[in-house]
Amino acid sequence: MKFAGILSGTVFGLAVAAAAQAQEITVQCDDLGFGCKAMAPVVERFNQENPGKTVRLETVSYQTIVEALPVQLESGEGPDVAIITDLGGLSRYYLDLTSYVDAAYFEKEFGRTLQWLRGSDPASKAINGMPTSLTVNGAYVNLTLFEQAGIPVPQEGATWDDWAEATRKVAEATNTDFPMEMDRSGHRFASFAISHGAELVDEQGNPVVDDGLRTAIERFVEWHKNGTMPLDLWGAVGGATHRELFTDFLNANVVFYFGGSWTLNQMDTEVGDLFEWAVMPAPCGPSSCTVMPGGGALVGFKHTKNPELVGEFIAYVAQPENYKEIIAASVEIPAAASLIEGGVEYPSASERTQEALATFTNQIPKMAPAAYRFQGWRFQRAMMNALTTRISQVINDELTVDAALERIKQDVELAMGAAQTGGN
Amino acid sequence: MSAATRLTGALATLAALPARVVEPLMHGLQKLLGIKRMPWVFLIPNLTAVLLFSLLPVFINIFYSVTGSDRLFPLDRPYVGAANYETLLDCRDYLDPSTCSRDLFWRALGNTLLFVPVQVAAMIGIALLTAICLNRDIRGRGFFRGIFFFPVMLSPVVVALTWQWILQRNGALNGLLTAIGLEPINWLVLPDAAFFWSVFVTVWAHMGFFTIILLAGLQSIPRDVYEAAKMDAASPWRVFTRITLPMLKPTLLVVFILCVIRSVQTFDELYVLTGGGPGSATILIVQFIYETGFAIQPRNFGLAAAASLLLGMVLLIFTLVQLRVARGRSYG
Amino acid sequence: MAELAARGGHGSVLRFLTRRRGRIRADWSDWATYIYLFLGVAIMFAPVLWVALSSFKTPANLAEFPPTFLPYATETVTVEGYDEPLPLFEVRTEDGGTRLLAQVRRVGLRAQMIDPADPEAGRIVVQVADAEPVRRVLFTFGNYARLLSTSGSELWLFVYNSLFITVAATIITLIMNSMAAFALSKYRFRGNTVALVAILMTLMIPPTVVLVPTYLIVAQFGLVGNLWGVILPTVATPTGVFLLRQYMLTIPDELIEAARMDHASEWRIYWRVVLPLSAPALAVVAIFSILSRWNDFLLPLVVLNRREVYTLQLALASFQDENQIHYDQLLAMTTLTALPLAFAFIFLQRYIASGIASTGIK
Repeated sequence: MKFAGILSGTVFGLAVAAAAQAQEITVQCDDLGFGCKAMAPVVERFNQENPGKTVRLETVSYQTIVEALPVQLESGEGPDVAIITDLGGLSRYYLDLTSYVDAAYFEKEFGRTLQWLRGSDPASKAINGMPTSLTVNGAYVNLTLFEQAGIPVPQEGATWDDWAEATRKVAEATNTDFPMEMDRSGHRFASFAISHGAELVDEQGNPVVDDGLRTAIERFVEWHKNGTMPLDLWGAVGGATHRELFTDFLNANVVFYFGGSWTLNQMDTEVGDLFEWAVMPAPCGPSSCTVMPGGGALVGFKHTKNPELVGEFIAYVAQPENYKEIIAASVEIPAAASLIEGGVEYPSASERTQEALATFTNQIPKMAPAAYRFQGWRFQRAMMNALTTRISQVINDELTVDAALERIKQDVELAMGAAQTGGN
Repeated sequence: MSAATRLTGALATLAALPARVVEPLMHGLQKLLGIKRMPWVFLIPNLTAVLLFSLLPVFINIFYSVTGSDRLFPLDRPYVGAANYETLLDCRDYLDPSTCSRDLFWRALGNTLLFVPVQVAAMIGIALLTAICLNRDIRGRGFFRGIFFFPVMLSPVVVALTWQWILQRNGALNGLLTAIGLEPINWLVLPDAAFFWSVFVTVWAHMGFFTIILLAGLQSIPRDVYEAAKMDAASPWRVFTRITLPMLKPTLLVVFILCVIRSVQTFDELYVLTGGGPGSATILIVQFIYETGFAIQPRNFGLAAAASLLLGMVLLIFTLVQLRVARGRSYG
Repeated sequence: MAELAARGGHGSVLRFLTRRRGRIRADWSDWATYIYLFLGVAIMFAPVLWVALSSFKTPANLAEFPPTFLPYATETVTVEGYDEPLPLFEVRTEDGGTRLLAQVRRVGLRAQMIDPADPEAGRIVVQVADAEPVRRVLFTFGNYARLLSTSGSELWLFVYNSLFITVAATIITLIMNSMAAFALSKYRFRGNTVALVAILMTLMIPPTVVLVPTYLIVAQFGLVGNLWGVILPTVATPTGVFLLRQYMLTIPDELIEAARMDHASEWRIYWRVVLPLSAPALAVVAIFSILSRWNDFLLPLVVLNRREVYTLQLALASFQDENQIHYDQLLAMTTLTALPLAFAFIFLQRYIASGIASTGIK
């Protein structure tokens, strides 16, 4: 049996060697949204138009991309191309596509998000990949509950406090469990914090712990203590674990749920006509009305043996009609500037979903520069993990707000120190 | 039926094949090396694998612990001396975790020190009681055994997701409580309740394994010993303390050591169930190591390795003591 | 379960339960045993049963609170003039009675309904609070169908990969561990203690902790993306050596001496005398190995980077992404992955019983 294993290993090795001569590249992606499934028709067309060159799609789980891919890249293994979400953290492995693609077109369409792919080097002009789709944090609101309580729904420009007050009244009047809820995610909290004036990271890439963050944490903790928000997510869970309880919204147990654009599909299929809902424009803080953007990118890696083919393929996907086709198929928010302005038609989505997508897309121009900067920061994940861990400790009275702020800064600086020892 | 016979025949031939090749080889080796060196021949395959995939990683970890950066290859990593250990051990007051530089490491250590004895006691107590029940002359023994063993077969992630689903605010347990007219309790929000359920769920998931081992131990106690006790009209409790327990001691020792070691290593179930929360009430040491070295970008291999070596030292001391006890017994 | 049901046919359950071999009457300790065991069954099995039942629920039914034990679906009815079947509701009327109506659409707190028996009468506006959906127990296979359509024929590939890893690793583990245990229990030689300690020390290494170095070594052997890359690092289980050694210590040395008198070689003694006698311990180690390999997650996640070499557990993980868990498919997959283990256990459990019985003579 051992022999058979070695044999099959050799055969596989030979197959890989043969494939290299025939110019083949592998693209790793997951199956959701702008992923393998949505790209498949475009890839098929590419393979037909380019005989002798093959692009192979490799569907993997999201966890493989987040946890296994970085370790593989570090050891020189892994696919030639992948759709990734840790844009800043993996920047040192990216293949610079400047000489293979129309750089001016990329700058025009993807200018703001291309910066996210440059990691710790803000001065760089490299084209490190193609941003795929954007995700936008946002609030889902149960309109039926508002109607039953007879309370007007806060409109665009309403603050977080307005929402908290309105939803508290609604919850009381309709006997709903909780007024508001938010995913346990540093990314979601960053939306809240930046609208309260937190900077999180400065121009030089150093963590910032300021009064804005203090106000945000204080308010957030207070809402957990007075029952505005349930303790199940930020209270009960510890560490850096990501957690959501969107079922609370689906079951009408909460009036206002702060999540993001990726649950639209679920809303459509599961809520159906049980109640009326809508996506609301970003609630405002004292500083701005911003939410966090997010999203993935299609990137090539330096270790590839076929950099020209990688460049050619990514350029092909980025062509307006191909890109638009994939966006429409995946029912996601485009990252390309012209499509954000002009809008996209989603033939497969319901009217309500189209409306919600439009609301999400409208938030993009309002996003604060701090939100963009934070999203492209190499140590964003270190900061987000520190935020979730420490805020949960404050809610459980293990830390004071002051101590938590100090810890957050310390956690990020330790991560930066460890990563940068000996230069990078 | 005939297909099954043929399959069995084919399997038998297949099984005989290595024997036909291996046996002459081993005969030859025995002639060549002499009987004195044969134990090493038996040991070498296992030892090689242990050296390569268990001890070598530990040495790499030692190397990681004195080097910095997030690079994977040891030689790419700059030497930082004891910096990682200093970061971990940097405390103003060792009795108060919040004065430490890495407060979560100390909280995790404290939680582990509380979790292990409680969980081991509960695990062995319940497993022993179950094994005794299953060893009795009752109907449907196979059925009961299967049921108690079933959770062992589930993957840790599935165990955790199932129980999270049961224990959450809108979960089955609260559904049950409401149905019988009680107030629902938000279990995982209360630190003490979360700790209790951490112990409960890990015992639920693993007790079947220890029950089986204890059951095997109980069954190896000769029946005539019990018959003799019955003649003397000894009470059940007396039979248990004077016969069952002493004769079960070697098995109990095995179970105890395995149980402690696995308890210290508890990770997957709790990571998914509570993530170490509420706050840091159920964070255990392996979760700290995992989050530091693997889950949180940028990965701090050095700090994680240092923490794992400190943990290793504690475990090593414990096991050496245990081994001493075990050795005294098996030769005595 | 089958045994229980088959014999239960002879008389009342009570009589069946209290009947005992050799004796007629059951005493209090038997009752206590049964109470404990049935309580145990409820605690141990109900969650598992619930997972299995829930895998037949619709996503909407899954998200409900309080959660239902059995899967339910709303009854639908086809009404003339409407293409889709309409959901059926029980509506309280003003005079206190109820009537069955089919819902056409719902806007906020009001719904438009139609009487399926009399569609000509036109639409009726009903307050949502007065309407209760008519539901019945319905096992839907939608989750399984979706699972099969998303994984497709690949599912069998995953099953094959998981089976291959489990079987190959278990066979190698049994042979290697028992050889080592034999050497460590039946010989006194220099280095005996050192070897034992070296192996047992690895018991204390949590696999999570050495994940990264282990990956590095696997990568150096060129086994990334190869099933052997997750088999080889896991075969030298210290628990296996430990359990087998403890068991072999109880095998009398006289048996081995007698075999040596008959000029049996050391290998022959191991293969023909010690190994068959260790059957119960081998079965325990086999179960342990099968379970761990089948459920392995972290090492395969890092090492098996291509879809062709995915295991079932890795496929299971693809139902979770950054933002949500797809419970519907996760539950279906869980039920499917636990099934082979149940069979493996039923098979081995019998073997343990007979194995223990045969060694009971000694």
